[in-house]
Amino acid sequence: MAVITYRQALHDTLRDEMLRDEDVFLIGEEIGVFEGSYKITAGLLKEFGEKRVRDTPIAEEGFVGAAVGAAMLGLRPVVELMTINFSLIALDQIVNHAAKIYGMFGGQTSVPMVLRTPGGGGQQLGATHSQNIELYYAFVPGLKVVAPSTPADAKALLLASIRDNDPVLFLENLALYNTKGEVPDVVEPAEIGKAKVTKQGTDITIIGYSRMAMVAQQVAEKLQADEGINAEVVDLRSLRPLDRETVVESVRKTGCAVIAEDDWLTYGIGAEIAASISDGAFDYLDAPVRRVAAAEVPLPYAKPLERAALPSAESLTTAVHQTLDAVGRRRR
Amino acid sequence: MAQTATRTKPATRATKSRRSGSVRGSGGGRFAGESPELLKDYFYEMTLIRRFEERAAQGYTQAKIGGYCHLNLGEEATVVGLMRSLRKSDLLFTNYREHGYAIAKGIEPGRVMAELYGRTTGTSKGWGGSMHMFDVEAGLLGGYGIVGGQIPLATGAALAIDYRGGDQVVMCQMGDGTTNIGAFHEALNIAALWNLPVVFVVINNQLGMGTTVDKSSAEPELYKRAAAYRMHGERVDGNDVLAVRDAAARLVEQARETGRPALLEAVSERLKGHSVVDPGKYRSEESVEQAKQADPVANFRAELIEAGVLDEDVAVEIERKAQAEADAAVAFADDSPHPDPSTLFHYTYATPVANDSRRLPADPVF
Ligand SMILES: Cc1ncc(C[n+]2csc(CCOP(=O)(O)OP(=O)(O)O)c2C)c(N)n1
Repeated sequence: MAVITYRQALHDTLRDEMLRDEDVFLIGEEIGVFEGSYKITAGLLKEFGEKRVRDTPIAEEGFVGAAVGAAMLGLRPVVELMTINFSLIALDQIVNHAAKIYGMFGGQTSVPMVLRTPGGGGQQLGATHSQNIELYYAFVPGLKVVAPSTPADAKALLLASIRDNDPVLFLENLALYNTKGEVPDVVEPAEIGKAKVTKQGTDITIIGYSRMAMVAQQVAEKLQADEGINAEVVDLRSLRPLDRETVVESVRKTGCAVIAEDDWLTYGIGAEIAASISDGAFDYLDAPVRRVAAAEVPLPYAKPLERAALPSAESLTTAVHQTLDAVGRRRR
Repeated sequence: MAQTATRTKPATRATKSRRSGSVRGSGGGRFAGESPELLKDYFYEMTLIRRFEERAAQGYTQAKIGGYCHLNLGEEATVVGLMRSLRKSDLLFTNYREHGYAIAKGIEPGRVMAELYGRTTGTSKGWGGSMHMFDVEAGLLGGYGIVGGQIPLATGAALAIDYRGGDQVVMCQMGDGTTNIGAFHEALNIAALWNLPVVFVVINNQLGMGTTVDKSSAEPELYKRAAAYRMHGERVDGNDVLAVRDAAARLVEQARETGRPALLEAVSERLKGHSVVDPGKYRSEESVEQAKQADPVANFRAELIEAGVLDEDVAVEIERKAQAEADAAVAFADDSPHPDPSTLFHYTYATPVANDSRRLPADPVF
């Protein structure tokens, strides 16, 4: 068991999969000579050459579409979209083509491709470079959307995504790249569509994904240590398919829930989770479901404003306290 | 690379045959060196597509066909000429105006009609309809309904061929209006940068729905766009099946040998509206008359008779056979089963996953 960064886990997995399968190749802007904007692909051009590590022009629609076409013929392209913000340029190829080709041709060809892309704020990058718009993709049947929060999950889910025969949007987060975690020596592919209970508990369920799953885990551990609050944490890991069962099962046990998400509140992923809890655990609920999400503004550049807009360990802790207070379950 | 304009203004076949005059019986002139059997075969296939499309229009007005229905009427010479430039193993991506291509690429007309009827025997098992036909064996890698959506895909298919060192060529068909969407530029640029074996073909029927090419393209001589990508560009008379075949064959073989992409513009006329429901009121009487004069099926027939390749009786016999095949396609479609609603969730994901939602509208979540 080694302790490595999220970045390293992604890099190692790409390399391992390229060594394992000739059909796997990387395609994207600045991934070769420049070694990736976030250096996930460092060294891979040197090792595998231009055929398998393909630098593209700044033409998101063109190269994402080319990856879809190549995948239709059985190659396994792993696309790096510099950030999820630029994926909007390629929206047509992702939503109208990658997601639809298997269905609209009656299952005759599939699109085994991965779109790796980081999202998230907190880097003072301003409104167009800080978005959490994974929901746009999680909305679409035919796409799969996964969002690992730890190095071990990054590895297990990237393995699964590359070997999957459907288009997978693989969501990274700028704030996660340097985080560290234990990764087993041998990692098996994760099952896409399965959430994970990352901390057992009985007092309250905290549900998160990507960066907020990591924050939820930290908050839960601190609440346990400082206040004896025994929170259960569910890391969704996959936004489509969505594992409602694991969420509902946990809430049936704890009786209350807080959802932590980096995207906007209105119509957000938390809204879908809250609806699932209402459908599956209404009779078990002791308090209304609370949501912690980003403020509904284009994310500002100035540091205090940006900090105020994003959910944090503090805002999540407050929401947990408020919920437990409402049911008289908070210990002093 | 050199730009070749084989012609800058489309001349109609009628004027051309009047000009070329006396090839009757001589086997010389325009048809010199052509196999009469092959010429008859082209005539048969063009006629088949014409009859098929007439039956499709009929099926649409009878509400047996739903959705949109864009026909190839007037483009038969281009369709047949292009498809005859490809090997069976070569791959084709088209837009939504694709019935003729599906047939000429080798798919049974019955399966094409069955797709229009939304039946399980259709090219996409009823999931695609008029705009989304597909058949791996025939090398039709899809009709696409989003204007320009197929162009990056075709480039990617050529990338896969190049990656594996295959000798297939990809052809990517589109309309004149499509050349103005961003995907056109992005995909041609990438194909040229990476030396991919794809021939982009613009069917310039001079109309995108109701908008004329000179109102939508700052450079209406579309083959000239190739220069921006250092790609070979060429314009051909789309009403002349042999000219289309020859130009396309040259570019296809060049792509096969060198991996270089190319851009071919075939100029033709649309005989009817944009789709079956469009009466085309935006067109002048003059333009409609011009399209009629340019009718590639009627003109090819006249030329073949004039050259002695066909006589009236043989022509009628070929037309009867085409009509019978179109009718048989309708019968096949009509007799084919509708998809069972229990198959609704069969084609969302190729790799099944845990927790895939398979709810029907009335099903509870839990
Ligand atoms: C992105 C997009 N915009 C608009 C449409 C609606 N639309 C369908 S066909 C068409 C005209 C295209 O004309 P052209 O490329 O010349 O092809 P043609 O119909 O003549 O074959 C339009 C605007 C569409 N399907 N996709």
